[in-house]
Amino acid sequence: MTDARTLIADLASAIAGGGIEIVDLTNLLSPDFPVIVLPSEFGQCEPFRMETVSRYDGNGPAWYWNNISMNEHTGTHFDAPAHWITGKDVPNGTVDAVSPQDFFAPAVVVDISAEAAADEDFIVTRPFLEAWEQANGPIPPRHWVLLRSDWSKRVGTLSYLNLRDDGAHSPGPDADAMRFLVHERDCVGLGVETVGTDAGQASHFDEPLPAHSILHGNGRFGLQCLTGLDRLPTFGAMIVAMPLKIKGGSGSPLRVAAMIPA
Amino acid sequence: MTAARERRDPLARKKLRHVPSGLRSRAMHALSARAAQGRFALQACTECGTATHPPRNACPLCWGELAWTDQPSGAKVLCETTIRVSTDLYFREHMPWRMGKVLLDAGPVALVHLHAALHPDDRADVRMMIDRGGNAALFAVPAGDTDLMSDPQWREFIVPIEGRIVLVSDARNAVGRAMVKELHAKGAELVVAGLPGPALASDATDAVLTLDGVQAIALDVTDATSVAEAASRIGGPLDIVVNTARHVRAGGVSANPGFVEQRRAFEVSAMGLSRLASTFAPMLAGRPNGAFVDVLSSAALVGDAAQAGFAAAEAARHSLLQSLRHEMRGAGVRVMSVFTGPVDDADHQAVPPPKVAPARIAASVAEALLNGREQTCVGDVAQDTMERWLTDPALLAREKNL
Repeated sequence: MTDARTLIADLASAIAGGGIEIVDLTNLLSPDFPVIVLPSEFGQCEPFRMETVSRYDGNGPAWYWNNISMNEHTGTHFDAPAHWITGKDVPNGTVDAVSPQDFFAPAVVVDISAEAAADEDFIVTRPFLEAWEQANGPIPPRHWVLLRSDWSKRVGTLSYLNLRDDGAHSPGPDADAMRFLVHERDCVGLGVETVGTDAGQASHFDEPLPAHSILHGNGRFGLQCLTGLDRLPTFGAMIVAMPLKIKGGSGSPLRVAAMIPA
Repeated sequence: MTAARERRDPLARKKLRHVPSGLRSRAMHALSARAAQGRFALQACTECGTATHPPRNACPLCWGELAWTDQPSGAKVLCETTIRVSTDLYFREHMPWRMGKVLLDAGPVALVHLHAALHPDDRADVRMMIDRGGNAALFAVPAGDTDLMSDPQWREFIVPIEGRIVLVSDARNAVGRAMVKELHAKGAELVVAGLPGPALASDATDAVLTLDGVQAIALDVTDATSVAEAASRIGGPLDIVVNTARHVRAGGVSANPGFVEQRRAFEVSAMGLSRLASTFAPMLAGRPNGAFVDVLSSAALVGDAAQAGFAAAEAARHSLLQSLRHEMRGAGVRVMSVFTGPVDDADHQAVPPPKVAPARIAASVAEALLNGREQTCVGDVAQDTMERWLTDPALLAREKNL
C-alpha cells in the first residue's frame, strides 16, 4: 500500500500544480436565491438574509462584516438523516454528528439533462437507472449519485422553482429508484441541482417524497441546489462536502467542490 | 412599462422643501391630534357650554374648564385677504395666499385658509386639516360638491394621486392587489407593484400587474438588499409609498407561540417598515407632495391573545410610524396610518364577519391621500377599537383579552 504521507503529498501537488482540477459545485448564497416552498399549512424555509454591521464606517471604521440568517436548507445545502422522520433514530443522524469521513466521497454523475429538458416532471425510475448502467457501467458502492439535470442553468429565472398553480415542477427519483440506489448500490447520498432531492410533484407520489424518506431512513445524505455538474466526468470525481457543525442540526448550507482529473 | 419622467434642468440647484413653522401651544397640539383623526372638534366650556377657538386653557367667558367636543363644520365667510409677501420660507414659495375670517356655526370666529372659489358672505364648509408642518389648520372650502383640486392652496394640504408615481410594497396579498388597482384607477402615472418571492410564472400574465401604468418588481421587505434593488430599479422620482406588507398568523405567547411566525411578523411589520422607510424616505423627501402610507391592523392598539405575535408586531409598527412621522415632518412628507380590522382575505378565513373588503381598504387609502388625513380607520372593527382606545385604553386591553 502506498504510504499515506506520499499520497497526501501527491494529492497536494496535483491540486496545486495541475493534474487535479477543483470544480465549485456551489450556487451563490444570496438573499434572492430561491428556497423550497411548502404548502401554506406548513412552516416555511427562511431565505438567506444579510445585514451589514459595519463597512469601514462609524460602526467599525476599519472592518466590514455582516450578520446573516437563513434556514439550514437554504442555498446549496446538505441534508442530514435527522432532516426526515424516517431518519430520526438513525445513529449520528444530526449534522454535527455526521462522520467527517463522509465529507469526502467519489461521485457518479447520471445525466438526465435531455430527459428533464423534454419533461420537467421527469421521474428517474429503477428501469431508467438499470438502462443507464447498461450503457455506462455499474454504479459503484459508497458513491454520491449526482443527478445532472442542468436545472442549475435555470437559476435566476421563474423556471428554477417552476411554481405553477398546481405546485412545483422539477425532476426527481421515484421510490423504487431510491431503494435501488440505497440498498443495491449503497450510495452515500443523492445530489441534485434542484431545490430538493425529490421531484417537484413528489408529494403526490404513491410513496410521497421518496428521496428524503428512503435516503435519510437509511442514514444517507442529500445535497441540493448544486451547480456545475455538467463539468464532472461520469465516473472519477471526488466530492468534498463539509456541512457546518450545527449542534443538533438537520442540515446546513455548505460549499461543495469536486476534484476531477484536469 | 416606462413612465414619462419629469423633465428638469439638470444643472439647476436641488430645490429645498420648506414646511410651515411647527411651534404651537400645548392646547394647539391637542387640536392637531384631533385634526389628525379627521375630526372637527373644538373646545367647549363644561360650565357655560360656549365653543371656543383658537385653543386655549380656560373658557374666555367664564374661566370654566374646556373639553374637546365634535362640532358642526359649517360656516359663513366674513372677510378675505390675499397675502403677497411673507418672510416665512414656506409661504414665500406659495404666494399669493388667500386667508379669511369665517363665523363658525359652532360659534367662534376663526382665521382660515380660504379656497379660491370662496368670497365674503358665502356659505363654507370648514375642514380641519393638517398642514405640511404637521399642525392643525382650518381650511374653508365651498359648501356642497366642488372641485377642490383646482385650488393650488388646497393641494398643499392633501396628496394628489393623479400623475404621481406610487410604490405598493406588497402587491401579492389581497390588500396590495386592490391598492394597485385603485391607485391606477385614480390616475397615478405609474404604480410600482412590489412582489415578494417566490415569483410565479402567472405573474407575467396577471391582469392587474400587466396594466398599462403598472410595473411589477421583486420586493421583499424582509430583505434589505431586495429593498435597495427595488429602489434602484425605480430610480426616478417617487411620490408615494403605500406599505401593504404584513404577516398574519394566529399564535399565543406561552401557548402555541409559533416563534418562526412571530419572528416573521416582526420582520415584515416592524423591521420591514424600517427598511422601506430608510430606503425610500430620501426619495419622498425630494418630492413636492411626498407621502408614506402604512396599512396596519387595529390590533396595533391593544394586545390580542389569539394572535399575540401579530398584534405585538403591528404595535411595533405603529410605534415606528410615530417616529417616522416625526422624522419626515421637516421634509413635509406626510406619514399616514390606515388602520383596518380583519380583512376579508385568505389570512382571516377563521375570523367571522365583520371583515373589510380589500377594495374598501384601497379606497380608504386613496381617500386619506386626497383629503390629507393622517389617520383613518377602515371598517367597523377598526373604528370601534379606535373609539374604545381613545376613551379608555385600559378597559379595551381587558376586554380584548378576557
